Amino acid sequence: MDQLLINSGFPILSVLIFLPLIGAIVLLFIKSESLCRNIALATTSVVGLLSIRLLFGFDTTTAKFQFVEHKSWIEAFNINYTLGVDGISILLILLTTFIMPFCVLASWSYIKTRVQAFMICLLIMETAMLGVFVALDFVLFYVLWEAMLIPMYMLIGIWGGPRKIYASIKFFLYTLAGSILLLVGIIWLYTVNDHSFFIPDMMWKDYALSSQVYLFIAFFLAFAIKVPMFPFHTWLPAAHVEAPTAGSVILASVLLKMGTYGFLRFALPITPEATVLLMPYVLWLSIAGIIYGGFTALAQSDMKKLIAYSSVGHMGFVTLGIFVLNIDGVKGAILQMINHGITTGALFLCVGMIYERTHSRELRSATGIGKYMPIYITFLAFFSLSSFGFPGTNSFVGEFMILAGAFEFSTSQNNFPYLALAAIPGAVLAAAYMLRMLQKIIWGGTDNPDQSWLSDINTREIVTLAPFLFFVFWIGLGPQPFLDLIHTSVYELLQHFDIHHGQAVAAAGSILH
Amino acid sequence: MLFLPELTLLGAGLVLFFLSLGQPSSSRVKTVATTLAAITLIASLLCLKSEGTLFYSAYKVDLYSQIFKVLIALGTCVILIFSAGDSGVKQKTQSEYYLFLFMSVLGLMMLVSSVELLAIFISLELSSFAVYIMVPMRKDAQNNGTHIEAGIKYLLFGVMATGLMLFGMSYIYGLTGTTQLPLIAERLAPLYTQPAAIIAIALTLAGFFYKLALFPLHFWVPDVYEGASNETTAFIAAIPKLAAVAILIRVVNLISVDGQVIVNLLMVCALASMFYGNLSALVQKDVKRLLGFSGISHAGFVLVGLLTFDSIGFATAIYYITGYLFMNLACFLVICRVSENGKNVVIEDFTGLYNRAPLLSLTLVIGLFGLGGIPPFVGFTGKFMLLLGAFNKGYYILVILAAFNTAIAIYYYLSIVRLTFCTDPLTKDKMTTSLPTRGLAIFLMVVIVVMGIFPSTFISMASQSVKLLM
Repeated sequence: MDQLLINSGFPILSVLIFLPLIGAIVLLFIKSESLCRNIALATTSVVGLLSIRLLFGFDTTTAKFQFVEHKSWIEAFNINYTLGVDGISILLILLTTFIMPFCVLASWSYIKTRVQAFMICLLIMETAMLGVFVALDFVLFYVLWEAMLIPMYMLIGIWGGPRKIYASIKFFLYTLAGSILLLVGIIWLYTVNDHSFFIPDMMWKDYALSSQVYLFIAFFLAFAIKVPMFPFHTWLPAAHVEAPTAGSVILASVLLKMGTYGFLRFALPITPEATVLLMPYVLWLSIAGIIYGGFTALAQSDMKKLIAYSSVGHMGFVTLGIFVLNIDGVKGAILQMINHGITTGALFLCVGMIYERTHSRELRSATGIGKYMPIYITFLAFFSLSSFGFPGTNSFVGEFMILAGAFEFSTSQNNFPYLALAAIPGAVLAAAYMLRMLQKIIWGGTDNPDQSWLSDINTREIVTLAPFLFFVFWIGLGPQPFLDLIHTSVYELLQHFDIHHGQAVAAAGSILH
Repeated sequence: MLFLPELTLLGAGLVLFFLSLGQPSSSRVKTVATTLAAITLIASLLCLKSEGTLFYSAYKVDLYSQIFKVLIALGTCVILIFSAGDSGVKQKTQSEYYLFLFMSVLGLMMLVSSVELLAIFISLELSSFAVYIMVPMRKDAQNNGTHIEAGIKYLLFGVMATGLMLFGMSYIYGLTGTTQLPLIAERLAPLYTQPAAIIAIALTLAGFFYKLALFPLHFWVPDVYEGASNETTAFIAAIPKLAAVAILIRVVNLISVDGQVIVNLLMVCALASMFYGNLSALVQKDVKRLLGFSGISHAGFVLVGLLTFDSIGFATAIYYITGYLFMNLACFLVICRVSENGKNVVIEDFTGLYNRAPLLSLTLVIGLFGLGGIPPFVGFTGKFMLLLGAFNKGYYILVILAAFNTAIAIYYYLSIVRLTFCTDPLTKDKMTTSLPTRGLAIFLMVVIVVMGIFPSTFISMASQSVKLLM
């Protein structure tokens, strides 16, 4: 238990997890729709504000788990309720608590039917998502990981678009089927670890290589589907397109991160040798995802689909960064997870705002609105620039670090940097499809539909988008505070990796400390 | 005092018998029956802590049997409450129907206490024969006689299974010279490598497999589920399985772990049950048939718990079947309410149920997701602990294949959820739900969730009771 570090008497993590659940239970008894909206907004905002407390108590000099809580849950099988935060998870927790109030705001007028049920689903989602990021007991993790499927299924299936049934079922079955082997893997780990589900105890053990490979495959299936990595991505465009705006934002900003978080939290520390062994395949799958996502996004006429495929590409960068296994790559990957959450979340919000007005996601029907919705376009333009990694925006920092990591990776192996060079076209493609979309939406052509009836975004919508823009520039211009939060944990992770693996794959000097 | 729940049931039977002599209105019969079931529940709760043996040690009253009696009484009570209203049973024979129901429950309660082969046989037959009669007592709403067919099938297959069981018991008696389970365990121990002992045990198990609807004695399930009235099916699907698990644990306890042949046999049965049940359920349209096939696969999961041969494994099996009881009751509660005039319900009848009856559809969804093994419901916790126990014993292949089955199963449960929540209703009229129905629905949902999140109390109590057997 020496990995634990308890530095808070106040059970802040439990409060964060259970507050939305309590909000959901309260909502069960509320009939009035506007009151439901307000309570949901209040709950998510309070959770958001409370989570800032994590920042003040967080010790960036240690990679140990902090704010730890530990209670016995199912004694017969030594299953515990253990929570904790480290540098890998803290930003993801903050991202989740940050996103949720805006999901409520984005659904304010978008969701007109069954408001009460919708808000309950959102709040339960928040509980489950936060739980996944802070759980240190594998059973607790798995329970929340799976439990999340139900509210998300409902969000897509009830409030979704025309093909919602297909999309929601595909989402559910795909993710569930992927996690089945994870469950077996968890049980295996339990039996070889003196009947304990405590995650830190499972790390850095000398499991036999063959077991590691099986375990890695189980991890990989579960997490790669969630990311989603090419070729497991096919559920994503369907789910994104059909989900309501808030659902798309949650999917893009938080759910996809769970896959990459899973790789960092479980695959790397628990199966290091298998990771090194299978790393090349994962890296090239990431490259395939980057290129494939870019080309497919270029061909889309549906805005949501375009952004969905761009997510496949961006998440390809993230997995690339993780599996080059050096400090720039991994730190860049974590930062890029946050960036993608902010930028793509904001882009989905933007598309949702157009959809609310024109009831169409087609690029064709949204052309030439720059003249009539100037404020909106300003926001959209900045988020699009951020999406393809324009210098000065957040994604530039992340992608730069990942690519730097990829170059270092090749250098450390004395190779020609095929990998990094292969990823570069992805960045160009991103610029191409984003600028194409932007060009059409702002100016369009001579055959623009009549858009003069469109009203620009209102105060609520500006309030929804402005914080995202703030973070786009903050991370873009001054990423240091964010990198400081994650540095120690990543450094320790890679140190362990080196010691354990006995081979210098990481811990070379960092360009951005 | 030791025999109080059983005596209450006998008394209840007498009351119903006298009631059947007159021409009581159906609502009065139901009120009486529900009250009697509630009294039985109280009686079994009162006797929870009692211990002792009766009838020349053929009948054992201990914590183990008393827990099952409480569960059986509780399940019966729930079924009687939600079957109130428009019942699927013929008006004329209503009081007889409840008479047989109580006799069947009596048989099941006796079964969980029996520790002697003949007592087991008699209680099993008492419960079975009552149900054989209950099945064809359905009101012939569809006018196609399926209930008669179901009754005949249930009877014929049941008698055959009983025959196999008796044959097996005769071998056991021949090998050991006794019919007392504890003595049998002792004397059978050195004989495990003998083919005769293996055949004896395998055949004896057949009778209980039939009750549990386990492969290869599952084939009655779809037709009987479809043919019997909704309430009867709810009963058959839940309550006898509890008793079957109780007695299976007693019998499996006879087998020592080195009885490898039997273990392999049971493992094959478990896997075949899961695959057969889940794959067949994929194509079903009739909800009761679907739940029947899903029940077959769940029986396979229960067997996984028995295969571990230790107290915690048996305790999880009890936990699992109890959770299954509540999840199944939740589903059948909705089926009974949705069904019009006691007719069968097809999946399409749930179309847009969410708009018509939000509470019922929530109950259904929690029940189905629970059956599908999605956390945080009891079905997940049960499956997880069963797989954990089996993995600890080294049954890796079994665990992996069982895990795959969860993925297959979720598809057909989802197809119901999809229609319930994601489609528009065919009729606009709201469904009205009575106060008892609502109360029951909330009760079942709470139980499914709370048991799923806090299994410790139940597990420790169950394993404590199981330890008494070993």
